[in-house]
Amino acid sequence: MLVAGSGLLLAGCDRIAATAGAKEAFQGAEDLTYRVNRLITPRDALAPQYSGADISPIFRSNGTSMPGSPDYARLLANNFSDWRLHVGGLVARPLAVTLDQLKALPQRTQITRHDCVEGWSAIGQWTGPVLGPILQFAGLSSAARYIVFHCYDDFGGAAYYESIDLVDAFHPQTILAWALNNRPLPVPNGAPLRLRVERQLGYKHAKYLRAIKAVASLDKIGGGKGGFWEDSSDYAWYAGI
Amino acid sequence: MAQQTDQRLYRHKLPTRIWHWLNALTIFIMLMSGLMIFNAHPRLYWGKYGANFDKPWLQIGPTPSGGGHVVIGSQVFIPTTGVLGRWKDQRGVVQTRAFPYWATIPSRYSLSGARRWHFLFGWVLILAGTAYFITSLINRHFRKDVLPSRAELKPRHLWQDIKDHARLRLPTGDAAGRYNPLQKLAYVGVIFFLIPMMILTGLAMGPGFNATFPQLLDLFGGRQSARSIHFLCAFALLAFIIVHVAMVILAGPINEMRSMITGWFRPPPEKQRHG
Repeated sequence: MLVAGSGLLLAGCDRIAATAGAKEAFQGAEDLTYRVNRLITPRDALAPQYSGADISPIFRSNGTSMPGSPDYARLLANNFSDWRLHVGGLVARPLAVTLDQLKALPQRTQITRHDCVEGWSAIGQWTGPVLGPILQFAGLSSAARYIVFHCYDDFGGAAYYESIDLVDAFHPQTILAWALNNRPLPVPNGAPLRLRVERQLGYKHAKYLRAIKAVASLDKIGGGKGGFWEDSSDYAWYAGI
Repeated sequence: MAQQTDQRLYRHKLPTRIWHWLNALTIFIMLMSGLMIFNAHPRLYWGKYGANFDKPWLQIGPTPSGGGHVVIGSQVFIPTTGVLGRWKDQRGVVQTRAFPYWATIPSRYSLSGARRWHFLFGWVLILAGTAYFITSLINRHFRKDVLPSRAELKPRHLWQDIKDHARLRLPTGDAAGRYNPLQKLAYVGVIFFLIPMMILTGLAMGPGFNATFPQLLDLFGGRQSARSIHFLCAFALLAFIIVHVAMVILAGPINEMRSMITGWFRPPPEKQRHG
């Protein structure tokens, strides 16, 4: 009875998941999770921070371990001295910042846990400037609702990108990390610069940053769902769970 | 000869019946989508972190020699070829994922699809469970039907109940209208321990919820411990379901199913004992 029941359920579930109604229900559950989390969590509530003794012996990297583009190869060969982070979109003063300029800003160091959507976790120490003041310096427009991160890595022609809301963009732990465990970011972990958005899963932490754009809507970017994995594989945009 | 009775008992109130069936569906979907989520990283660890370079206490996967196995610690290898770690899908293609297609939702590998099912029904579990909890406090279902009395918890009483179960001597007459002590303990375990543990360990795995309520992580000893406990409680729940369905079949499936659908139960007649 159990086996027959589960067999039936299984065949049904695969078929149901493809319907418009199911997609709406799934999206509704994601929106509910996002809203409830924003409602019950203070804006600046910190993700847990750990001690040096908790750091993973080896910090696993995932996704791209070496971007394939000639542009990236050229930047890497020059040790990223030609690399610039472009800050644009809905800002009063678009910026093009060097790595040294980013390192000259007030820095934050935090030991946090990185949770992959697959289930594993690794603890590491990250250093970099806090994102919020950079956005403020660029003169973020009041029309901006999301911050989009464009990257150098691509998967079969589609460029990696991610996006977060302004609550996470201005969170005190949201930093642009250039160091992991006191050393410059290794290439597999996103050299020269990656996002840390500590209250969400790993795929939100965009690596190999190229440009940051403030936008009012995610509709016109990529596939319109706010990120590479969201577009290509239907992962949830809100990855707090 | 036993006398046929026309006596009927109203055994299950409407909120209990609604919750039972909604929960049956919810738990099946959550178990099966959970197995698919496990397939994305079929290793379990204790502590705050754990990834491929760290030591798992449990892993399920293919063996180098073409089989499949479950590995507990670094000593115990349980061969599971054909079922876990290496199995054939609907088309006869060999797959090396942990749990086979017939045990997962979706049946074909999709972590994002499984997560969508899991979190949609996670909300159903939490909302329906909360409604059931409040209703059962108000209509005194917990007090009257589910919680064992002090007398029922006496060792002599429990021992008698264990012996009755072992001999498959199931209650008859009026006694069949009530839950027996072992049954009550099983339901208390599920309602007040296993389901809340599933929800709490599930929440403890969310990086967003960790910022909301970091104490929960410390309670379970870190995120990877919470993930392990989540998995163990899920299998305890599965064990409960198997025993629960077996007991329904032994006690008379039609009568039991009818009572959980309509509320009305026909107690089995008292057996006459011949000396």
